Amino acid sequence: MRTLIFRTAAPYLSSLMLLFSVFVLLRGHNEPGGGFIGGLIAASAFAILGIAYGAPAVRRAMYFHPMAISGFGLFLSALSGLLSYAFRVPFLTGLWTSVHVLGVEVDLSTVMFFDIGVYLVVVGSITSIALALEEREDG
Amino acid sequence: MTKLLASARRVKTGDRPLTFFALILPFLAAAAAPILTRILKHNAAWVLALAPLWIFSHFCGMLGAIAGGGTVSGGFDWIPSLGVRFSWYMDGLSLTFALLISGIGTLIVLYSGGYLKGHEHQGRFFSFILMFMGAMQGLVVSDSFLMLFVFWELTSITSFLLIGFDHRREASRRAALQALVVTGLGGLSLLAALLVVWSATGQNELSTLLASGNVLRESPFYLLALILLLGGAFTKSAQFPFHFWLPNAMEAPTPVSAYLHSATMVKAGVYLLMRLNPVMGDTAPWETILPLFGGATLFVGTLLAVRQTDLKLMLAYTTVGSLGLLVMLTGFGSETAVEAAVLYLIAHSMFKGALFMVAGLVDHETGTRHISSLSGLRGAMPITFTAGLLAALSMGGVPLFFGFLAKEEIYAALAIGGGWATLALLVALIGNVLMFAIGFTVGLKPFIGPMGNAPKKAHEGPILLWLGPLVLALSGFAAALYSPLAHHLLSSPMASAVAGQSLTVEISTLPHIGAPLFLSALTIVLGIEAYLTQAKLRAGMVSLLAAIGWGPDRGFDQAMRGLVRLAVRVTRIVQNGRLDFYLTVVFIAVALALLVPMIMFGELPSMPSWPDLRFYELTVMAIAVIGLGAVVYAKDRLTAIVSLGIQGFAVALLFMLLGAPDLSFTQFMVETLSVVILALVMTRLRLAVTEHRPFGQKALDITVSTACGVAFALLLLKVTQLPFDATLSSFFEAHSKAIAHGRNIVNVIIVDFRGLDTLGEISVVMIAGLSILALIRVRAKGHEKVKTTRQEQAPCEH
Repeated sequence: MRTLIFRTAAPYLSSLMLLFSVFVLLRGHNEPGGGFIGGLIAASAFAILGIAYGAPAVRRAMYFHPMAISGFGLFLSALSGLLSYAFRVPFLTGLWTSVHVLGVEVDLSTVMFFDIGVYLVVVGSITSIALALEEREDG
Repeated sequence: MTKLLASARRVKTGDRPLTFFALILPFLAAAAAPILTRILKHNAAWVLALAPLWIFSHFCGMLGAIAGGGTVSGGFDWIPSLGVRFSWYMDGLSLTFALLISGIGTLIVLYSGGYLKGHEHQGRFFSFILMFMGAMQGLVVSDSFLMLFVFWELTSITSFLLIGFDHRREASRRAALQALVVTGLGGLSLLAALLVVWSATGQNELSTLLASGNVLRESPFYLLALILLLGGAFTKSAQFPFHFWLPNAMEAPTPVSAYLHSATMVKAGVYLLMRLNPVMGDTAPWETILPLFGGATLFVGTLLAVRQTDLKLMLAYTTVGSLGLLVMLTGFGSETAVEAAVLYLIAHSMFKGALFMVAGLVDHETGTRHISSLSGLRGAMPITFTAGLLAALSMGGVPLFFGFLAKEEIYAALAIGGGWATLALLVALIGNVLMFAIGFTVGLKPFIGPMGNAPKKAHEGPILLWLGPLVLALSGFAAALYSPLAHHLLSSPMASAVAGQSLTVEISTLPHIGAPLFLSALTIVLGIEAYLTQAKLRAGMVSLLAAIGWGPDRGFDQAMRGLVRLAVRVTRIVQNGRLDFYLTVVFIAVALALLVPMIMFGELPSMPSWPDLRFYELTVMAIAVIGLGAVVYAKDRLTAIVSLGIQGFAVALLFMLLGAPDLSFTQFMVETLSVVILALVMTRLRLAVTEHRPFGQKALDITVSTACGVAFALLLLKVTQLPFDATLSSFFEAHSKAIAHGRNIVNVIIVDFRGLDTLGEISVVMIAGLSILALIRVRAKGHEKVKTTRQEQAPCEH
């Protein structure tokens, strides 16, 4: 699949998909989307990059080991659940607050961090499987 | 913890926070032990021993209240919704045990400081033994059943760690595993027993159960509860035929043997029987089973002890015998028998702990535990000799020692005439004679006579080593000397707790003429005889055992081997490594599960009317059908995979058209990724490009897939024809925005309402990812070795 057109388009395509995946992740609470779907989109973005340039390029682009990303995601989700204890409510109770950034009111919640964790777990796990498969015997 | 403290209620008496602290202190000390040991080396023992010492003094503070007939209890709610509490209850029985555990524990910590001096894992050892202490401590003061069970299992686990401490040796590992399997099975039995008792009486705390009188005895589940309970108690307390793990556990370092296998863990079973004697004892099964097994254990244990030549093994088998004696006495249940059991338990903890430590000390200084190479050490090790001799005198039941009191009471309890009692008396007499001989073999023989041919030149050990045995041996003497005080503080309250009524132990060291004294004298005379002729006895036992040739220990190995063989055979059948076989089985099961009930109960859906479909909906469906056709008729595998994608996308499109954007979205992504990953897997598998199945296989596959498809279609049709229960969807519709601040109900359910499920799911995703990664690596590294195709299972889909 190392055709010129594909190789030229792949970085743009995957960057856009990554951006879109974050967008899908963040809008998920009110519109179709969420961490799981966002994660799948991001994983396909990396898959495209991998098909075009090979696994090592993706590993460089990701910087962290994909499984480490996955692990951090799980940690983040669990942590956002544990935060509830600090406010003496049951595990995983959603906590909400809003902050003003540059004059815009942004709602923040533990639920959002939970969803980001889901996103990271999905991206990390699926990408690491795909990469491991792509690396063939030379990996 | 703060939550526990905050929700405290129903506090009865006592200094609750301090007792709670006493319960967790061993675990805190265990956590600190490795660091302390790194800094202070073996001298960390002095610091660490402060923990059990403080606990000992804390429990000593309760002596007065409990000797006065009171109890100390307290606790916190643990899981209020299930009515489970973290609660403790202390009467004479618990308190005596608690004092033995913390008191002997203090000495053992010091002793291990000397015994394992310079060992690279000494810190770990301290940690394990303190954890064990905490578990044992918790076990004997637990009130709620759940806590009792948790601590019971903790003693099994920590003892596994301790027995297997020297994990590089095969024998240690085997002994540890054996102890874990045997006591772990017993633990399950105990859990079942507690559940039965709970459901039969409605009580899940010992204190309320003890106050419930005859309820349990009169319950139809009494016998079941008793048998399950004995399963737990007999395995833990090494009763015949489960006794074999205890001598094997002598693979552990001597401090472990001295602590777990004489004074504490193995007595947990006896503790449990004594604890429940007031509500379960005094029935025909109790008074038959317990003396029977106890007597058999006493007999077998002491006979096997005679055969040994290793100091520790001799002591281990006499411990088995002693535990049998305790169970037997508890089973008799008369007032004197209970008093005898209590006295013997206290005496045994002291002299056996001391003798084990003496054996370890001799081993440490001379390099051997073999009885024939040990003699003449009295000059080199005078303090050890003193401790050993004092402990042996107590074990032999010589007047002026606490063991004598116990022995007198045993004979008084059994010398009452009648067939059963006389038989038991005979067994007890033989057991005591042999234990007398063994006691002196360990405590006297290595020290007298000419110098032996030990590997090392012996000299007295450091204070850390001799302090423990000496204190324990002396306390056996002191307890007898001040017997009225000891009875007032320990024996009487404990006997009262065991009997369930107020008892006063009065026996003193002053000899009183009667049958017991005569029997004691007979024991001593015969014991001296046995001591002098032990070589002959040993030879006799060795040839007898060789003639039998089989024992439960070998049986254990056979059972384990059989288990492994069975597991291999079952695995070969169930997991034969052929992915197509797995899939066929799964899909046949799915088809049957769906079709059989539907046809059997006449729940087939009625024929639906032709729906009003738009032309584009029909087009999408047609695409799906074309995709499927392409899969079936594809010439090579890659085309088939891609065609499957066509069908998947068509279905996703349908979801979109029918108003499920989230589902459709996910379906699109999953389809894309599965095509990519499946294609990658296929390129790695190096399969033939096309595949040819034999006709029979093809027919089977077609049948199974058609059946599955038809079954699902029928199921879905039926589902849509039933009235729709809108409770959940209207709940989410109403509350999604109001409570969880989100309009996308699907997402709100995933991240908020059912967040815990999602947390579980992402953990599964990650674990699946890790395992697939590991499998691919195995494959990549061992090209030739691993040839099965099961590594490359389809990646997990959600």
